[in-house]
Amino acid sequence: MSEGRHQRDPGREAEEPLPEAWEVAPEPGWIEPALAEEFPGLSLVFTVLETTTGRSPEALRERLRTLSDRIGGPQAIQLRQQPIPWAYRVFFRHIGLDPDTTRTPVEQLIFERIHDGAFKSRNRVDDALTIAMVEVGVALRAFDADRVEGRLGLRLSAEAESFEGRASPLPDGTIVVADERRPLGIIFDRTADGRGVGRGTRRVVLVAIGVRGVPDIALEEALWVAGSALGA
Amino acid sequence: MPEQLLERPDLPEDLVPPAPPEGLDTVLHEHDARAARADLRRQIAAMELALARLFGSAFPRKEIDFAVSGLGGPRLLSVDELERVRDGLATRIQEVKADLHDYAVVEEGNRALIERMTADPASYKWVRVYNADIGEPGCKNWHVKPRWGPLGTLMGWWRVKISSGCPLAEGPRPPE
Repeated sequence: MSEGRHQRDPGREAEEPLPEAWEVAPEPGWIEPALAEEFPGLSLVFTVLETTTGRSPEALRERLRTLSDRIGGPQAIQLRQQPIPWAYRVFFRHIGLDPDTTRTPVEQLIFERIHDGAFKSRNRVDDALTIAMVEVGVALRAFDADRVEGRLGLRLSAEAESFEGRASPLPDGTIVVADERRPLGIIFDRTADGRGVGRGTRRVVLVAIGVRGVPDIALEEALWVAGSALGA
Repeated sequence: MPEQLLERPDLPEDLVPPAPPEGLDTVLHEHDARAARADLRRQIAAMELALARLFGSAFPRKEIDFAVSGLGGPRLLSVDELERVRDGLATRIQEVKADLHDYAVVEEGNRALIERMTADPASYKWVRVYNADIGEPGCKNWHVKPRWGPLGTLMGWWRVKISSGCPLAEGPRPPE
């Protein structure tokens, strides 16, 4: 990683140094051809990290507090005009979601910041994702890497396809994040039961979902920020 | 609307478009539909940006509805559905612009009122105009009050008092 990135991130000084060998190595995920044809620019990249779960260390909580001080009402009002948050809002419209009802990931975080008065610490992984999503604006997800089979990608759900934790099958054509065997989560929505990060998780797969208008470098940066916040 | 026109028996036959010739394939091909969807998505993107800019410029005005309902996703939308999203955005943009215009008219009137109050306070006794009344954030207000209380009331010493700040926060300090 570059020295410059360390200098751009004041919150990192309070953390343990990253291992010298650690480098974000995002792998491109697959996109079902029907989706890729309809949505040029739709992409998914992921990286696997070994980490611990549970309560965030003090350094991570301090970063959240610092981030809370930087984000306020004016940023929330102007957010949807910024290129990356706007790109996600547009994609939400394209796939039938109302971004004012089902908020984009970064808008949901900013909404909670304004509502709660601060970014509340939840756990190590969620806090790392919060920092990365607010700083970069990219939508991130995390899954338990030991419960993922094969490479990740985006596809449409098959007819009457089941979804762990859901009594009824997924509606046909729902866009899902999937591994090579099953859907792991609905895009920008819930995670399948047992596939998310829990107490016993030792390896996490971080997933960045890009849409048209979000540069690839932003996806990589989001993974890097989240990975470094996790103290990988 | 076109269906209603076609069903009107009183229309002369030459105004009703003829049926397409036999054998003419009028089915929308998949690549045409894809192109149509791509075009609609471009329109939706532009409208979303326009609505976002209106949202930014509308602050701090309240009670303006920016919602455009979704269609139950996340999934691929058909041309018809994308048209509904596009039309919903177009309608919403027009409504927001109309609301902002209405606000602007009222706010301009209130700004003129502040000027008149300042020029002739005695004619606007006890009138108060808040920042929100002129579309500005904050708690500032212009209030026509008498100087020196009851004595000023009796003597007609009216003036505009400007309160510039919001009330101080009260209650216990937040946790460190």
